[in-house]
Amino acid sequence: MLVFITRRLLFAVGLLLAVSLFTYLLFSMLPADPAALTCGKNCKPDLIEANRVRLGYDKPVLEQYWLFLKGIFAGRTYGTGATAFTCPAPSLGYSFSQHECVTTMIANTFPVTAYLSIGAFVLWMLLGISLGSVAALKRGKWQDRLATTFSAVGVSLPTFYIGLLVLFTVVIWLGLMPFPHYESPFENIVGFFNALILPWLTLAVLSAASYTRLTRNGMLEAMNEDFVRLGIAKGLKRGVILRRYVLRSALVPIVTIAGLDFAALLGGAIITESVFSLPGMGRMSIRAVVESDLPVLVGTTMVAALFIVLANVVVDILYGVLDPRVRTKS
Amino acid sequence: MTSSLLSVTDLNVSFDTPDGVVRAVSDVSFTVSAGETLGIVGESGSGKSVTASSILRLNSSTNATTTGSAVLAGTDMLTCSDAEVRARRGSEVAMVFQDPLSALNPYYTVGRQIGEAYQVHHPDASKAEVRERVMDMLTKVGIPHPEQRVDEYPHQFSGGMRQRIVIAIALVNSPKLLIADEPTTALDVTVQAQILDLMLSLQAENKMAIILITHDLGVVAEVAQNVLVMYGGRIVERASVDALFDAPTHPYAWGLLGAVGSLDHNKRGELRTVIGTPPSLITLPPGCSFAPRCEYAHSVGSVCTTTVPMLRNIGHLGSFSACHMSDEQIIQIGSKVRA
Repeated sequence: MLVFITRRLLFAVGLLLAVSLFTYLLFSMLPADPAALTCGKNCKPDLIEANRVRLGYDKPVLEQYWLFLKGIFAGRTYGTGATAFTCPAPSLGYSFSQHECVTTMIANTFPVTAYLSIGAFVLWMLLGISLGSVAALKRGKWQDRLATTFSAVGVSLPTFYIGLLVLFTVVIWLGLMPFPHYESPFENIVGFFNALILPWLTLAVLSAASYTRLTRNGMLEAMNEDFVRLGIAKGLKRGVILRRYVLRSALVPIVTIAGLDFAALLGGAIITESVFSLPGMGRMSIRAVVESDLPVLVGTTMVAALFIVLANVVVDILYGVLDPRVRTKS
Repeated sequence: MTSSLLSVTDLNVSFDTPDGVVRAVSDVSFTVSAGETLGIVGESGSGKSVTASSILRLNSSTNATTTGSAVLAGTDMLTCSDAEVRARRGSEVAMVFQDPLSALNPYYTVGRQIGEAYQVHHPDASKAEVRERVMDMLTKVGIPHPEQRVDEYPHQFSGGMRQRIVIAIALVNSPKLLIADEPTTALDVTVQAQILDLMLSLQAENKMAIILITHDLGVVAEVAQNVLVMYGGRIVERASVDALFDAPTHPYAWGLLGAVGSLDHNKRGELRTVIGTPPSLITLPPGCSFAPRCEYAHSVGSVCTTTVPMLRNIGHLGSFSACHMSDEQIIQIGSKVRA
């Protein structure tokens, strides 16, 4: 098991390096001059050139990549003399339009995204698995129809639609709560919940839809398994069979997808954050795209990639924990 | 008859499916006494498995309709409460399934699965007692190195070994009746014999009755005392195993036994198949469901296609047959099948 984890982690590091190189090269090919974007419209050519040198954009692309990589581990100092400034390790670059280190920007916005993701994740897993279980147990009855309809509607509706609909209904039409305004949970816990409850629900309802289907199908499939019949023939109670036999075998695919979905969310829930004006990584990425803020784009892409790769490792390890057949093979 | 352990009367099972109502089992009645081995033979879809799973009430509750009765040691398994059925499943009547590869829960050790079956009917047993019982069973069913293998998972066992585990689960509570649904079909021939021997030796230990469902007549000849031949959801012949092999009394049994005598001309003992395919249980033919495949039906007359034949005693051998032919004809042809 330890060998397995080590091997997976080494592979993950290699993968991240490849992703970073690819991302960096891709963004360096964009038809935007990062140096020209460092100052406003009436910027003088010599100032642009000075900034170019200061930020290292005068160097060949591969050398730039090397400096970027080195910055992650050693930090990076831009410029020389009195105008020099340093982004400490792990430095993911410097945003010329925001005049801030990318790492600091991510550190400021990531907690918002994390709170959003964790809350939504917990809600959608609870909702999806319970609805799916009910649908499987009441197959063909109205409970099943309701759950499958919910799942079909949920899967087909886009986030921005549901998000705006919820926002309009609850805040504007019914006036049940003020327009959400994000506050840190350490400063104003009520404000925090007020700001996050709607985005949590929006994300949860949408994702729960596919988990409802996943749970329902997995359980129905498991119910036809011989070993479930043997469990019944043993005289086991219904609840025991559902837990140890049916849900247990439906769990593996759910965990796989849940891990990847959660990781993808951590990389920034772009639309949800934009609709609900949450100052998270997703909204920061959108701004960076609009303003061609390349260092921020590279940085957030790297962080998102890191989560996806980590989630893959975690899911692989969970596989072994959940399924003894995988454990002995590896 | 008073000593019968299980008495099934007028069992009818049908399933509602999108294609129509499947009449899986029709008017099935039989009894099993303590210590008896009853073989049920028939093609796939003849209703033998459904008959067996009805006794444990294992048929789907959503689309199956079951009528009749299946009285096991005084309790009608078809009408008693869910709790009463559950209390008897595994303790009084246990089941062994066809495919040992899929019958075990892949997520738990075999020891836990055997122990779980014991514990559910012995809730007061301590962990040590359960463990001891599990080790006992593993030894009994012939698993080598049980102290080591008890904590392994099903996928670490071969098919034959897994079937031994399934048997250990079935017998851990010393049931009065074991229903074995094609227990050897999925196994290698050499392993088949081992598993049958194992079941018989464990049967002798506590006078357990066995219902053995199979399509392998060789297996039936070896282990059963009495046989039901099923076709199209009905019992077409009920006989002692000797009588069945000496002088079968139903055209389908003649077909099964391979050499079919003929009324018109004497074909010399060549190996024959039963021509045609089993009937659809949704649109069963009227009258005798075997009539469309029966080479004697035309000589008997239209009664075969209009009236369902009832099981009746044929001759002196004590066999029962559901056929419209006269006793004399049946005895005459049946004795030729043997020759």
